[in-house]
Amino acid sequence: MEIERQPLSDFRVRQLQARDMLRGDLSDEELERYVEDRVLLTTVEKAVAWGRGNSIYPLTFGLACCAIEMMTIVAPRADIARFGFEVLRATPRQADLIILSGRVSIKMAPVIRRLYDQMLEPKWAISMGACCSSMGVFNNYALVPSDKFMPIDVHVPGCPPRPEALLHGILRLRDKIQGHRREGWRERYDAVGTEEVLPQADGDSAAINVYQPGDTAGA
Amino acid sequence: MPDATGLELAAQELSEAIPGSILGTEFHRGRAVLLADPPQTHGVLERLRAKGYSFLASLHGVDYYPEEPRLGVLYELLDMQSVDRISVKARVATDAARIATVTDMWPGADHPEREVYDMFGVEFEGHPDLRRILMPEDYEGHPQRRDFPVGGEPVLFTYNEEQNYGKYQ
Repeated sequence: MEIERQPLSDFRVRQLQARDMLRGDLSDEELERYVEDRVLLTTVEKAVAWGRGNSIYPLTFGLACCAIEMMTIVAPRADIARFGFEVLRATPRQADLIILSGRVSIKMAPVIRRLYDQMLEPKWAISMGACCSSMGVFNNYALVPSDKFMPIDVHVPGCPPRPEALLHGILRLRDKIQGHRREGWRERYDAVGTEEVLPQADGDSAAINVYQPGDTAGA
Repeated sequence: MPDATGLELAAQELSEAIPGSILGTEFHRGRAVLLADPPQTHGVLERLRAKGYSFLASLHGVDYYPEEPRLGVLYELLDMQSVDRISVKARVATDAARIATVTDMWPGADHPEREVYDMFGVEFEGHPDLRRILMPEDYEGHPQRRDFPVGGEPVLFTYNEEQNYGKYQ
């Protein structure tokens, strides 16, 4: 059935239609039009992803100084409550997101892995700060990078990252959950071919800080 | 702090009480250090404690790498009545890194001694519970020793992306 759309910009018209609908006065073509104006079609996956992306529950979990910045994103200035991420759960069983905010020592790594394993699917992880991603200034015997023992969805660089940076990281995670293709900035900005020059591993002087596997005597 | 003269007097007194217990003294920038013989260190500390240095402010280890004996265990004592500090240093070799515990006099030395054991491998004889305190139980080596590799993990950057360094598998 072909339905001709009518502009419903007038609030009063819609109000009267709603009243007629409730009274049961709408019928046939008018009823069809009324329903079509008020129905959204989507897939279940998209709807679920939309819901998930807009209600991420982070785990209340701080590791080091980055945790101070992490606390700030709940405060009024950054305020992740605007996006629905403000429910910091105190148990991993209720959390969707673990933010590794700080350095991970090798003694802490099994604990974090356990917390991560206790979280229910679907679950995500953000590695916040230099220490957690690349161990930053503490690249020594005591620390372990988070990629070594659990999958990480978003890395937020900085030492420590500002709350805005973490907020941006969480929003990128939301894009990831909702399936938006926001990656590929090189293509968008016409920057293909600007990747960093790769030093060769065969004793090139440019690779002075490159660790070889099994090489623990360096640094 | 005892001044340089006071330090010498204290060293003399201790040497007479326990022969061979004091190997020397150091007085540098107003800090008085007694170099004690490791087997006699417990007795030296006991006497100093009876003298008034009743508070063990710190107990820590040092690795003086090229020198021998390599390891040092330092006791920082404080006399709280006269606000007077004195340090006792005992040098032990890495192959015989043993020294008597002071937890019988200062129960608070429990954790510092465990830390020195963890980081430098000095064994405190008579310690009630000598385990690693910071590193995992199955960790090998004593990471604060100078000959321990700085280590670190290879980190995944763009340039070593293909080798999958440091990536969660």
